[in-house]
Amino acid sequence: MTLWLMAGLLFTPLAWAVLTLLVDFRMGRAVTWLGILVQVLVSLGLWAAVASDGGFYYLLGGWQAPLGIELRVDGLAVTFVLLTALVAAACGWHASVYLDPGKSWHRYFWPLFWFLWAGLNVVWLGGDLFNLYVGLELISLAAVGLVALGGQAAALRAAIRYLMAALLGSLAYLLGVALIYGQFGTLSLADVTALLSDGTVAAGQTFPLVLMLFGLALKTALFPMHGWLPPAHGIAKSPVSALLSALVVKASFYIAARLWLDLGGHLGGYELAQLIGVLGGLAVIWGSWLAFRQTKLKQVVAYSSVAQIGYLFLLFPLTWGVTDAISLQAQQGITLQVISHALAKAAMFLAAGNLIMSVGSNRVDALAGVSRFLPFSLFSFGLAGVSLMGLPPTGGFAAKWLLLQASLASGQWWWLGVLLAGGLLSAAYVFRVYQASFIDNTDTDHFFHPPKSLEVIPLILALLSLGLGLVAEPVLSVMALPFEGSSR
Amino acid sequence: MTIHLLYAFAGVALCGIGLFGFIRLDHLLRKLMAFNLMGSGVFLVMVGLAQRGGQPDPVPQALVLTGIVVAVAATALAVVLIRRYYHLSGQITLAEPGREPVKKPAADAHREGPTE
Amino acid sequence: MSLSVLMPVFALMTSLLASVVLFALPEKGYRLRTTINLVAAVVKIALVAVMIWGIARGREYEAAFTMLPGVEFVLRADALSMLFAGLSALLWLLTTIYAVGYLEDSPNRSRFFGFFSLCVASTMGIALAGNLFTFFLFYEMLTLSTYPLVVHRGTRKALRAGRNYIIYTLTGGAVLLLAIAWLHGLVGDLRFQEGGHFAGVDPSLQAPLTIIFVLLMTGLGVKAALVPLHGWLPQAMVAPAPVSALLHAVAVVKAGAFGIIRVVFEVYGLEAAEAMGLLAGLALVAAFTIIYGSTRALYQIDLKRRLAFSTISQVSYIVLGLCLFGPLGVMGGLVHLVHQGIMKITLFFCAGNYAETLGVHRIDELDGAGKRMPGTSVAFTLGAFGMIGAPPLAGFITKWTMGAGALEVGMDWVVAVLVVSSLLNAAYFLPILHRLWFAEQQQAWPHERRWGRLETSPWLLWPPLVTAVLLVLAGILANVPFSPLSWAELIVLREVAL
Repeated sequence: MTLWLMAGLLFTPLAWAVLTLLVDFRMGRAVTWLGILVQVLVSLGLWAAVASDGGFYYLLGGWQAPLGIELRVDGLAVTFVLLTALVAAACGWHASVYLDPGKSWHRYFWPLFWFLWAGLNVVWLGGDLFNLYVGLELISLAAVGLVALGGQAAALRAAIRYLMAALLGSLAYLLGVALIYGQFGTLSLADVTALLSDGTVAAGQTFPLVLMLFGLALKTALFPMHGWLPPAHGIAKSPVSALLSALVVKASFYIAARLWLDLGGHLGGYELAQLIGVLGGLAVIWGSWLAFRQTKLKQVVAYSSVAQIGYLFLLFPLTWGVTDAISLQAQQGITLQVISHALAKAAMFLAAGNLIMSVGSNRVDALAGVSRFLPFSLFSFGLAGVSLMGLPPTGGFAAKWLLLQASLASGQWWWLGVLLAGGLLSAAYVFRVYQASFIDNTDTDHFFHPPKSLEVIPLILALLSLGLGLVAEPVLSVMALPFEGSSR
Repeated sequence: MTIHLLYAFAGVALCGIGLFGFIRLDHLLRKLMAFNLMGSGVFLVMVGLAQRGGQPDPVPQALVLTGIVVAVAATALAVVLIRRYYHLSGQITLAEPGREPVKKPAADAHREGPTE
Repeated sequence: MSLSVLMPVFALMTSLLASVVLFALPEKGYRLRTTINLVAAVVKIALVAVMIWGIARGREYEAAFTMLPGVEFVLRADALSMLFAGLSALLWLLTTIYAVGYLEDSPNRSRFFGFFSLCVASTMGIALAGNLFTFFLFYEMLTLSTYPLVVHRGTRKALRAGRNYIIYTLTGGAVLLLAIAWLHGLVGDLRFQEGGHFAGVDPSLQAPLTIIFVLLMTGLGVKAALVPLHGWLPQAMVAPAPVSALLHAVAVVKAGAFGIIRVVFEVYGLEAAEAMGLLAGLALVAAFTIIYGSTRALYQIDLKRRLAFSTISQVSYIVLGLCLFGPLGVMGGLVHLVHQGIMKITLFFCAGNYAETLGVHRIDELDGAGKRMPGTSVAFTLGAFGMIGAPPLAGFITKWTMGAGALEVGMDWVVAVLVVSSLLNAAYFLPILHRLWFAEQQQAWPHERRWGRLETSPWLLWPPLVTAVLLVLAGILANVPFSPLSWAELIVLREVAL
């Protein structure tokens, strides 16, 4: 059973990638629908398996580490596998309607989409540092390819810039891995943690950890290393932007968070934690401010990603040197933030794509009058915006609440300002878009009306991010599934 | 100071040179080569550091093989993108262009689908 | 699941579901939209009436589930929530009728009624919230659902007002969130509880609790339009008349005032708040707001703006009443929540009628309007006299009760505030009445519309007449069971252990 689930999660995306590479766009679309169905079922199956028997280690093909591939299946991984299945399915569905089959290069969307999905699953489940690297590279290369699908020179420039940043980030991470291996003689994250806890190996330098975190932060576009993100996310096709913002940046953050939670206690320090937190806080403020200043709709959304990513890095100070209860609260808050941002941002990019398609321009002020004729896309955009602002009852609010509690309980009251100001600033850029759309200067409907399915998908995602706050408790319970620690 | 650590230090030096080039050079192909240099440095560190007690450690060797495959793939993608970018814009750096592109863009990929 | 759990959920759901359906309706579905609106409003009144009946006989209605680790979502109907829920359910029906007539030919009606219902759902949620967390949830939902109503017309002026509104309210919301989160971190999840939680609290907590109280009052004061946080309200007058009526009489300002009542009574407890010396400051702010609002109202020439400043002044009566720290004073404050709502909505309905029928917006254009629109003008006159506090109207009951309450606890200066405020009320309302009834019409109406024999559309005429009758009844029948005053007495007996 477990064998089939693992095979389903890791090998079917790869197989589908190869399969779709061989066929044209329409065929690829049909194949992809089948693949999405398989992925969703397998992800649900994994959830059921972990819920009934608890989490476990899985050795791929029965090979022992360090040469074999060790997978760690726990509640957090399951949460992210499910999230990926949900968001990727939505984006895949949207893309199958949105992309123009007439453009020959669009057929490459499908293989890249599947490589991306495979890479994401590898990262969520990866248990050793090197496989995480391979997963990351798979994701980065696929993501760069997807950005380049835009076709114009500007898209390629953004793609190359993204690639350069990603490659530098990967090498920094890999160098960190090399140093860790040199010190500990193992690549398994669990073994390194065990060695550190036993005290068999002295903790030594913080440098490898810093190097790895630097690489991952670069890939996650943490301030001030965010320069590559807005052009890439802004210029890509909307379903691609949605995938990139919702999932891809989360992959590198997920690794950074795992590293920090396992190794940070031994190798990290108060100053490092605070420094990362401060960078996150600056990202929130600066990213929101830049989002407010943008004249193009998708740039607004892209800079908003920079800001929202900033919140994630508050995990570092809020889990270092605090009690387990506070640390858990912060982890829950960040998990909710990841999920709600993934849902809301995917909804927002898809809705923005629809709006741009209807008004025929990517400028914010071109939206005048659109509220009367395209209420659904605008409504999805607005609902997603409510989640980004962190207003109740959205998932963003639940996350903010938990982070507020963690900041208060740990006595790090300075993060309160970031959390509250960030919410207000995001309200500023969301309402700016809303305001532009409410200007009533026309009685005629000169807008292009996209197909209904394009409007429904972002609405569903936005409603999910809205409802997330109400069902936060059950969602968090997936993350808290027990972990047995045995191999299977 | 063993001979193995010498490898590792050489790797660090290569990394440094590569990083310098990666940041300072504007020409995209040169940047890419700098990246490859940096990659080689990292691989050298990996192999060099792990050889303790005179016995070669097979694990880093396997990892480096995988790493080389990944680097080759990344380089190939980068070359394709840079080439296409050059054809479209006539530029070999990432500098933002002026109003007019240097070379007329190829007809097929100039505009596509919904404007964005 | 028993009925006692489901009732508050149903009461919330009627307008929430109505809102979802209304959004989905096509623009042209005029009849269906009106039907849904009215049916939902009537159903809601019925539900609230059942709950009021139950609560009077000592039943409890509560629904709760855990939303986040350590945080519960609680809907709970008690005597206090019924005061607000009853008011909003009743006025929702009347405002809906009015809005149907008012927006007859204007665009974007689906959007308008959708957000309108959402706004009422939030108001109901605020009334039924069982703890501060749930209260905050609906409080912010109210902010968001009223924004599209304020900017409904889409003009530059409306958008500017909307922006100001959102800046004020969201900042207030952020302050409120900070206060609630802090309180939660300090003492855990607090349900609203009769008599409050902080009687005889640990002295070491006193300092943070005082700061939290100030933060709470700041956050809530924005919506309650306490000076100096009132700036958004006069600007928001650009909204269509039914929205102004709803914003000012029921939903937004009352949400703030109601929140203040909840915090003072059921989180801190009136006695604890007094013991910590928190009420004196609040009383001063409220008294200042009363005088300031009335004074500013004197100088307004736009009818709706004058009414807006009058609202700023009148809402603070509620807050001032609480601070009197005696059963009569508190009763006066509570009953004014209902009385002010009914009186102010009458006035706004009438202002809307003048604007819609005659095109009159400014006070100096009203000369002779009483002859042209007698029904509306009678309603307006009753509303104005009510505000001034002429017996036997609703406003008189409030002022009398509060004055008696102030004397009872020896806060004589409050009586002076009441007298000055009443004089100011008279000074800005009587000239309007003079123009309506005794001045001759000077020029043609700016933009007149005719409805046959009637002075205006029946949809527009009936709501103000009904509310005018209600405000007379609330005064005359103040001692009958289930009148606002009797209900306020019930609340004071049950909840405020004085």
